[in-house]
Amino acid sequence: MENEAGALSRVAGLFSARGYNIESLTVAPTEDPSLSRMTLVTRGTEEIIEQITKQLNKLIDVVKLMDMTEGPHIEREMMLVKVQAEGERRTELKRLSDIFRGRIIDVSDENYTIELTGAGDKLDAFLQALDRGVIIEVVRSGVSGISRGSRSLKI
Amino acid sequence: MELTGAEIFVRSLEAEGVEIIFGYPGGAVLHIYDALYAQQKIKHILVRHEQAATHAADGYARSCDRPGVVLVTSGPGATNAVTGIATAYMDSIPMVVFTGQVPTHLIGNDAFQEADNIGITRPCVKHNFLVKDVRDLAMTIKKAFYVATTGRPGPVVVDIPKDITAEKAEFHYPDKVEMRSYNPVHIGHTGQIKRAVKLMQTARRPIFYTGGGVILGDASASLTELAKIMNFPVTNTLMGLGGFPATDPQFVGMLGMHGTYEANMAMHHCDVLIAIGARFDDRVTGHIEKFCPHATIVHVDIDPASISKNVKVDVPIVGCVKNVLKAMLNEVKNNDVHSDAVALKDWWQQIDEWRSKDCLKYDHDSEAIKPQYVIETLYKLTGGDAFITSDVGQHQMWAAQFYKFDKPRRWINSGGLGTMGFGLPAAMGVQFAHPDATVACVTGEGSIQMCIQELSTCTQYSLPVKIINLNNGYLGMVRQWQEFFYQKRYAMSYMESLPDFVKLAESYGHVGMQITRPGDVEGALVEMLKLKDRLVFMDFITDREENVYPMIPAGGGQNEMILV
Repeated sequence: MENEAGALSRVAGLFSARGYNIESLTVAPTEDPSLSRMTLVTRGTEEIIEQITKQLNKLIDVVKLMDMTEGPHIEREMMLVKVQAEGERRTELKRLSDIFRGRIIDVSDENYTIELTGAGDKLDAFLQALDRGVIIEVVRSGVSGISRGSRSLKI
Repeated sequence: MELTGAEIFVRSLEAEGVEIIFGYPGGAVLHIYDALYAQQKIKHILVRHEQAATHAADGYARSCDRPGVVLVTSGPGATNAVTGIATAYMDSIPMVVFTGQVPTHLIGNDAFQEADNIGITRPCVKHNFLVKDVRDLAMTIKKAFYVATTGRPGPVVVDIPKDITAEKAEFHYPDKVEMRSYNPVHIGHTGQIKRAVKLMQTARRPIFYTGGGVILGDASASLTELAKIMNFPVTNTLMGLGGFPATDPQFVGMLGMHGTYEANMAMHHCDVLIAIGARFDDRVTGHIEKFCPHATIVHVDIDPASISKNVKVDVPIVGCVKNVLKAMLNEVKNNDVHSDAVALKDWWQQIDEWRSKDCLKYDHDSEAIKPQYVIETLYKLTGGDAFITSDVGQHQMWAAQFYKFDKPRRWINSGGLGTMGFGLPAAMGVQFAHPDATVACVTGEGSIQMCIQELSTCTQYSLPVKIINLNNGYLGMVRQWQEFFYQKRYAMSYMESLPDFVKLAESYGHVGMQITRPGDVEGALVEMLKLKDRLVFMDFITDREENVYPMIPAGGGQNEMILV
């Protein structure tokens, strides 16, 4: 979409005005600074998805739209988890983080902050594997997506 | 040479060919008003409330195929305009609304008369712009007119901070505009058009269902030609009246909640439905599960999002209705396509049988004035050639049912949003577009009071609008629903303390007449029409509890009408 103030609120406004659900939404400028790329995750019947697609295309700030789920694609989400890490727990947490290919990016006497990237269900699985009591804070970025192979969303 | 933003504004409007703008001054737009003062080409009409400015610009646009232009100040000026913007949005009317904004450095500071105009109008505009640099002003205005008038038309808001109108920049009005994210489709898909024509060729019980898109797309002539060649029945939506001549025997009347029995029955029983520039509104379809159960549906619309939104369509055709209809005509003519004459003979016989129910009949011997009779008489006396605006309610339905529109752009009403207060200011806009035409506003004592202050604007500009007030002392449509569905509990639908409309009109310098007897209706209307250069307020005291028939009750199918 056009990298302009208000473009995001047009998309968000459309979803709330028409009663569509946003599961996650990420947006950032692209290599072309006049453009932003948004990945939006939503759910609905085929008819609803068709309407959402058409309504989004009608927004003048939306330059090009692609339904990622129409073809093979990759979804990635990043998560930062701050956990309580004291005593014996420290090695246990390190091992669990390694299993999920996470990285410990901040360490203090009492805490670790673990960075983890992957599909949403992998992040869910990691959180489940953690002892609920140790989680202090979770930040998830929302899903970013890209098509596999030569299919691409390019202007 | 460098010009101020205010001068650029005026020069840009001139370059767009704008002749008239409707507005109301205020602090944030004073530089612009000063620039308007210094020129002669653009006429500014001072309304009495910003809502009326938008309705007047809207009425102007609907009646003449040029975009309406509005200028209002920041804060309350803009918020007052919102109802009119939303009205235009729902009916896809091309309009450009300029709103003043507080100076750039004060935006977000809760400054005096500040409102987030972009945020407030976002859900009811086709697009909106905030001008942040005077060097962008001309291009933004160019884009605003381009977006408002192309594709599916609609209102566009341009929010201009006061400092932008004082700063200077080189003026150059762009010849054309390109927007990478906005490319409306004009030409319909050839294969789909062929499929549609093939369906028409073999249809046994076809019907054209056409809406406001035919009016906005100037496609009436093509529609009429195609319908005549095929000998198919035609029904119009409320917004589509005049798209096909109402006096033509192939016209089966308006469809929908208060449409004719024959139109709704034909819809329900059709095997091929050709929808053109219509959007399957809930007031048209009735219960969606019961809608056109036997039909293969062709839908032509310029807006892809309108297709298969409410009703799943079999042959979607995205494109400008006029182009698509012309392509269909070519297909029919070049390939010598004929409709099924034998099947159509049976179909017309069936339709005539439904017609014989005479679903719009009413009591002609009543001692009270029947509102239907007033409209019928108005139709007769104006030769069907007047511009009729309406407000919203029972009178609107009676006007739609009893005034037979043979030409497009003659019927001006708020169909989608259903905005009471629309009629009088819209009539002003129509009268400015057609100074010599008869412009009548059919209204009721409820609606007219929502923008009654515009009687003053009519005085200022000597607008000879004819107001047909169907006064039953009730908010009639609300009362009708309360009678049918709330056991006559008339909560707040009774209008107490009505003004003396005759004196009110006179106090503004207009002519007022009150008519209480059926026998006086025709004479009074004749007299009204003689007063060519005067606004005449006709206060018809009508039958208090007359209902609009026929009616599809909420949740009903098109074949489940309540008849009188």
